[in-house]
Amino acid sequence: MSGFFAAIVEAVSAFLGIIDPLCGPIGIFNLFAGNTLLACGDAGWGDEIALGFLVTASLAIATLPVGLFFGFFIALAKQSEERSLRLSANIYTTLFRGLPELLTLFIVYYGLQILVQNLMAAVGYDGAVEINAFFAGMIALGVVFSAYCSEVLLSAFKAIPRGQYEAGYALGLHKGRTMRLIVLPQLIRVALPGLGNLWMALLKDTALVSVIGLPDILRQTSVAARVTKEAFEFYAIACLLFLVLAFLSSLVFSSIESWAKRSEAAR
Amino acid sequence: MSYVTTLIPPQAPPPAPPKTFTAGRFFGNIFMGVWLALTVGIFLMIVGGWDPEKFTKYGPSYLSGLGVTLLLVALSVVLGGLISLPLAFARMSKNPVFSWIAYGYVYFFRGTPLLTQLFLVYYGLGSFSAELKSLGLWWFFRDAWNCALLTFTLNTAAYQAEILRGAIESVARGQHEGAAALGLPKKVAFFKVILPQALIVALRPYGNEIILMIKGSAIVAIVTVFDLMGETRRAFSRTFDYQAYLWAALMYLLIVELLRNLWAWLELRLTRHLKR
Repeated sequence: MSGFFAAIVEAVSAFLGIIDPLCGPIGIFNLFAGNTLLACGDAGWGDEIALGFLVTASLAIATLPVGLFFGFFIALAKQSEERSLRLSANIYTTLFRGLPELLTLFIVYYGLQILVQNLMAAVGYDGAVEINAFFAGMIALGVVFSAYCSEVLLSAFKAIPRGQYEAGYALGLHKGRTMRLIVLPQLIRVALPGLGNLWMALLKDTALVSVIGLPDILRQTSVAARVTKEAFEFYAIACLLFLVLAFLSSLVFSSIESWAKRSEAAR
Repeated sequence: MSYVTTLIPPQAPPPAPPKTFTAGRFFGNIFMGVWLALTVGIFLMIVGGWDPEKFTKYGPSYLSGLGVTLLLVALSVVLGGLISLPLAFARMSKNPVFSWIAYGYVYFFRGTPLLTQLFLVYYGLGSFSAELKSLGLWWFFRDAWNCALLTFTLNTAAYQAEILRGAIESVARGQHEGAAALGLPKKVAFFKVILPQALIVALRPYGNEIILMIKGSAIVAIVTVFDLMGETRRAFSRTFDYQAYLWAALMYLLIVELLRNLWAWLELRLTRHLKR
């Protein structure tokens, strides 16, 4: 059984290796930088930087659903009729919008470490505990993203007239279905530009995770810069790769936006 | 014919319906409990780990770090504001060369992380030390503080140029036409009619930009500038006391909240003629 899974993993990674845009057979580094410092394999830094690209992109993509999920419920809490719920949601936003992202990252990284260590010590295990940097980065960035996201969604909620909810209730839909079938589709349309900005900010914030040792774009190019003493070239490549990510996501977002607006009359 | 002879005496209002215990109330209480527990926990941690020696040793360095952070942000926001003026005009210019150069500049600085830009300036330009020495500029790029100031200025200039451009373009066309109909020269019309209206629109984004800069300035700690974050990291690496980060968090929160409230007050005050 495990051999079967290993075969699947191998096939998937072989397929990804072929379509790999940076280091595959038709990858940019292989085509244009075969004999330079950016070559793939042992000759250059191409494959390390390609790994960094993958880590940055996957960290941002993994954080997005977490942040959106919590941001949505915090936005709901902020417009609840219950005072304690509103207050606790507001405390959350004030806290995580006011703290620098780097500090949040450190607090989560070291705080989780201390917390887990104490818990393990209480259970009876006292070895060194190391928190996964990817996990800590995901939590810290997700918390910051959800705080900003709740504000964007809250203002989008305010743009939806009360009559839409009432129409849903008049049709006999209960609360959850009204939210899902009537309010959410409109909410997405209103909130998309704001969420696009947040996604760009998230993409840029992922660079901070290099500080706690996750091999992202910046970390990998820093190592390459230190070893080869060609700092300017490698950091310029890091900037370029982030620009590529920003450009790609702006393409994706404009297509999502036109999809969300497909029902509106052309103007 | 009958009529009322006695008035009905005033009655007590019907009792309020009992408050139902909703899911919202349940979760609200839980979350408030979590916040309360966290506050108490942090308070106990500070009281329990209180060490006057550490306080006298690291307290002043925290304050000097705070000064470095505020100075860095203030200088770069002001200098960036100066650079953003020509940049915004280049962005709006009809000459495609100017507008494309400005667009490229803004796209680069808004599309890449501040940390990467800082590394590009500090380590990247640092690798050209021979060339910089021959130009007589090495003294500037040798110092991490100067590099941080340069990077932050260039970065905030790009953001401020976009804010300014958006604000100027948001002023209605009729305002330009009205000024022209009054016979005002273009320059006077810009400074007396367009710009004051644009700056009111730009006020809120400017405040957000300053707050973003304060939060973003924490990364200079990575290139060995001892701002608030740098002092925090130094204190943590010497004491391994988690409180170091909590104090820094408290100070950052305090500055950001002060600034936010100040800005809200400023906006209320400056837009009071627009209230109906």
